[in-house]
Amino acid sequence: MISYDFEYFKPSSIDKAISLFQSLDQQGKEPIYFSGGTEIITLGRVNKIKTGAVIDIKEIPECLVLKRESNKLTFGAAQTLNRIRESQYFRFLNKAIGEIADHTARNKITLGGNMCANIIYRETILPLLLTDSQVIIAGPGGLKQLPLNEVFDQTLRLQRGELLIQIMIEEKESELPFLCIKKRRQWDVGYPLMTIAALKKDQQIRFAFSGLCSYPFRNEKMDGSLNNQALPKEARIEEAMRQIPAPVLKDVHGSEDYRRFVFKNTLLDVLDTIGGTEIE
Amino acid sequence: MNKSEITLNVNSEERSVYVRHSDTLLYVLREELGLTGAKPGCLNGDCGACTVDVDGQAMKSCLMLAIEAVGKKITTVEGLQNIPLKTAFIKKFAFQCGYCTPGFLMNSNSLINNYPQADDIQIKDCLESNICRCTGYKEIEEAVKSVLADGSTGNGNY
Ligand SMILES: Cc1cc2nc3c(=O)[nH]c(=O)nc-3n(C[C@H](O)[C@H](O)[C@H](O)COP(=O)(O)OP(=O)(O)OC[C@H]3O[C@@H](n4cnc5c(N)ncnc54)[C@H](O)[C@@H]3O)c2cc1C
Ligand code: FES
Ligand code: FES
Repeated sequence: MISYDFEYFKPSSIDKAISLFQSLDQQGKEPIYFSGGTEIITLGRVNKIKTGAVIDIKEIPECLVLKRESNKLTFGAAQTLNRIRESQYFRFLNKAIGEIADHTARNKITLGGNMCANIIYRETILPLLLTDSQVIIAGPGGLKQLPLNEVFDQTLRLQRGELLIQIMIEEKESELPFLCIKKRRQWDVGYPLMTIAALKKDQQIRFAFSGLCSYPFRNEKMDGSLNNQALPKEARIEEAMRQIPAPVLKDVHGSEDYRRFVFKNTLLDVLDTIGGTEIE
Repeated sequence: MNKSEITLNVNSEERSVYVRHSDTLLYVLREELGLTGAKPGCLNGDCGACTVDVDGQAMKSCLMLAIEAVGKKITTVEGLQNIPLKTAFIKKFAFQCGYCTPGFLMNSNSLINNYPQADDIQIKDCLESNICRCTGYKEIEEAVKSVLADGSTGNGNY
């Protein structure tokens, strides 16, 4: 049960959502967009998210698009993880989705909600960062299309009142060989320890990580070290580990040393396997 | 406290109810509509005890606001009448204390309806959404598989 009250709105267009946000903001209601709502409800229950108004985006047609057209894949931000997975358009993203939460929860969790969530893992970001996807963002000034890599730095850098509408990727990017390995401390479900995603393009392997630091990331220096053919694999990994851009997490799921240990061994597995074919 | 009236379609009945916009579906089903089949467990999306069916999909009712369910068809365990799945749960001893059972029934019913040809991987993927504190997983899996093998469907508002 959420102890505080909020108002609930369900606009049917992007313009209505954006102007609603502005007017509620001016009234001091601290509005937030509501997609799957799973994080808003669970964090709201423990007072970690407080708001006077939520704007449900699940009736905005653009946010529900799911299509393959003109060599492009488009995913509406309010599409559920299960619908996206069942569309079978993008196997790398599907692999990441299949590891998030559980099947029933994925009937509610949405792609945009996962990308914009407060939770540190946000694993859907990994394949999207590696395949140079684009995001469509709406704001008071209209729509803009930007490379995700430009607007994602620890979080999706949205201005106040901006709304993520869609995510687009080139179909050919979705066909590249990939690997996505999620490590948990125990069992097959439950919260992750870390996820390592890798994509092979032009004989180079790109890497992205979740659960290693307090945000998901891709790092060029680490990519450089891991692709340095002049060094044996273990030395490449040692070098990459010196470039980790933020403190390694320590929490109930694992100490810093344990995370480093798992990270190193998983990277070794990745380097051993992604040399050849696509693995799911 | 601001309350407004909404109408929910629950187990094929239109039910008018006053809710706060921040009330979860689980809370409204139990406390306002007297449907106590959906169980509160973790209230955090982890355990599945609160699972109901919304428009043909299994849904953790602690992860949904009641107001989000307006215009949708909700089925709770009270609405699952005379289905082979319930008999299979009894035959296979698929419960002990029974607290998780309504959630497992709702989730399994949705699995049987949506994936009648489900293979072992799909069954595992779906059933992993629920936790049984008495760890009766094997018997639950057997019950679900027996219904899938019979080709009988579940029910609900489909
Ligand atoms: C049982 C369970 C297990 C979980 N396990 C994992 C896991 O393994 N890995 C993982 O990554 N996550 C996990 N999660 C967390 C889950 O991923 C988040 O709750 C979910 O991603 C939030 O998505 P949502 O669509 O429900 O977002 P919402 O709750 O609607 O929103 C989340 C945040 O994003 C903002 N937002 C949403 N959509 C937009 C948009 N289009 N534009 C701008 N801002 C927006 C909202 O304002 C809010 O601040 C788990 C959750 C549960 C319940
Ligand atoms: S009470 Fe809803 S998932 Fe546990
Ligand atoms: S039978 Fe007791 S929790 Fe499952």
